[in-house]
Amino acid sequence: MLRQILKLTTCCAMVAGMVGFAGASRAQNEVKSATLDAVKKRGQLVCGVDTGIPGFAFQDASGKWQGLDIAYCRAIATAVLGDADKVKYVGTTSKVRFSVLQSGEIDVLIRDSTHTLTRNTELGLAHGAINFFTGEAFMVKKSLGVAHAKELNGATICVLTGTTLELNIADFGRANNIKINTLLFEKPEEAFAAAEAGRCDGYTDDGGSVAAARSTMKNPKDWIILPEAISREFLGSYTRQGDERWNILVRWVHYAMLEGEVLGITKANVDKIKAETKDPETRGFLGLESNFGKFLGVDNDWAYRIIKQVGNYGENYEIYFGPLELPRGWNNLYNNGGLQYPLPWR
Amino acid sequence: MVRRPSRRAYIGQWVFLAVVIAIGGLMISELGTNLARRNLHFGFGFLVNQAGFDIPFRLISWSIFDSYGRVLLVSLLNTVLVSAMGVVAATLLGLLVGIMRLSVNWLVRNIALAFIEFVRNTPQLVQIIFWYLAVLQTLPSPRQSIVIPGGLLLNIRGLYVPDAIMRADGALLTWLACFVLAATPFVWHLPIYGRRLGAKALALPLIAAAMLSAGIERVEFPALTGFNITGGTQVPPELVALWAGLSIYAAAFIAEIVRSSIQAVPQGQSEAARSLGLRSGQLLFLIVLPQALRMMVPQLTSQYLNLIKSSTLGAAVAYPEIFQLFAGTVMNQANKEVETIIIVMAVFLTINLLFSAFMNWYNRHVALVER
Repeated sequence: MLRQILKLTTCCAMVAGMVGFAGASRAQNEVKSATLDAVKKRGQLVCGVDTGIPGFAFQDASGKWQGLDIAYCRAIATAVLGDADKVKYVGTTSKVRFSVLQSGEIDVLIRDSTHTLTRNTELGLAHGAINFFTGEAFMVKKSLGVAHAKELNGATICVLTGTTLELNIADFGRANNIKINTLLFEKPEEAFAAAEAGRCDGYTDDGGSVAAARSTMKNPKDWIILPEAISREFLGSYTRQGDERWNILVRWVHYAMLEGEVLGITKANVDKIKAETKDPETRGFLGLESNFGKFLGVDNDWAYRIIKQVGNYGENYEIYFGPLELPRGWNNLYNNGGLQYPLPWR
Repeated sequence: MVRRPSRRAYIGQWVFLAVVIAIGGLMISELGTNLARRNLHFGFGFLVNQAGFDIPFRLISWSIFDSYGRVLLVSLLNTVLVSAMGVVAATLLGLLVGIMRLSVNWLVRNIALAFIEFVRNTPQLVQIIFWYLAVLQTLPSPRQSIVIPGGLLLNIRGLYVPDAIMRADGALLTWLACFVLAATPFVWHLPIYGRRLGAKALALPLIAAAMLSAGIERVEFPALTGFNITGGTQVPPELVALWAGLSIYAAAFIAEIVRSSIQAVPQGQSEAARSLGLRSGQLLFLIVLPQALRMMVPQLTSQYLNLIKSSTLGAAVAYPEIFQLFAGTVMNQANKEVETIIIVMAVFLTINLLFSAFMNWYNRHVALVER
């Protein structure tokens, strides 16, 4: 009896193995990505974002998520699923963001997170694309009469905990032989309130977030952002290591948003351009005569949909950072003196 | 099979234990493989690495070159400090409100009731943030500090107390003074010619104070320089807000424990005391409270343990306690999620077990008195 069962099991296993092998060889030319398959099967992208910071990710009065990072979630969703609204947003604090990604709770983390060496190696995460170039900046009350970061000796600065910022401040103080006291907060709301009340002399964060913080103050005109950036904070998306193709897709979604701007294609004129254009580069980008989408594991209309439903990079920057009065600076296109560039669509 | 029921139960227990151990082992090995799959390595070696960040409030010295291990010590002391302050304040306030609750005066009784109901039925985190913002809103900026006689300064950055700078050999004197202070209660009970020494032992604290003041080289007064007050010791508003939030919340529960314990003392005790001619103060402190205390202790213990655990809410108001600093900053900088959480849990387990062991000892001590 036992022998028969064993035999039967072996047979089954062999058959199953052969079927599996055949399946694998058939799919050889297709994109193999566990995350991409999971997203398609679920019909929804699970995107890890900030809990609430103007510019990057915040909920508007009607509870809808808005922001540059949100635009990226929407762009990935429309590329993969054809609908920018098929996203579930998971607000993550700076403390738990990477654990949430590692554990597979989210598909991609787009949460104004700095790309660093240790996160790339020790944490085992893969860098997606840098969607915001900035540096750590200080915001102080105008009435203090401080013009430069080096004059902050003895000042107390509110900081969010669990970030690269704490180390930057300590290093900056050491390098310039000054002492800057820090007060570590878990969430931005309390840190803003403390800065507003005068518990700290200022607030520090990435350039974009500082501008966002200033916009939430009762009287933003009372605050100045000091001109120095004391560190490089190049913020971008993260995926898990071991899923190369998903990472590639996330990166090319970023390039698509930039390419749209390079080619002058916007949300408003994309349909017109698609119908009329003779420019081979534009036709390739919009999927009229290319197979770029197939290579990435999505369909050929993906870039068209990104521009149509989400818009290009410049448009989104204007929408979310324009009101914060944050000049584009480093985030200009490469041909405009900035650092943002799409790789060639070849 | 095994016939004797007792033996069967015995075997059952061992099997159960083996299953529990097997499941535990399985979970640990699963943790190991999962960590390895994510290129993470389990280990506590990171504790010797240099931390590189600043800690805003600490009881012992700290520099950015110190190790993560010292972060643990610094933050642990901060947690212990706020917990100890909370336990003391919650007990005193709870006792007061609990007695007020039984007052014959309508106003006093109902103020206590309103306090208890209000505090017990709002979330503790909200209360702590409320205290923090309330404290911050009312205090002036450093340049308009409130000067308190004795060289104290009060502003939004905290209360600044003059600091005593000890001489080089002051440390030895300080230790001696601490020893003398600790010895006082024992000396109090010391039998000399069959009688306790009693109040004469109070000379010892005076000696300790003299020793301490002898070790002081100079007193440093806080003063405004640049952005901030320098000199002196700072009591930050974060500590005060967390302390208030923890102790007031616990006090509401303790008040109810005090009330119920007092009411559980048989009515005959008060009647007997009154018939002996004791005044109401004597009645309360000599007859009722000592008996109520015995019933309170076990319940108080669990309130204290809750208070200690709730000190982790300090993370919301930037108080650098162990959860915020060690399971927050260190966890992120060292990329050691599992390890830091294990350490923090072990620390709280140790604190609470020690504390409840002490309370149990105290409980036995007071329970020994025959009713």
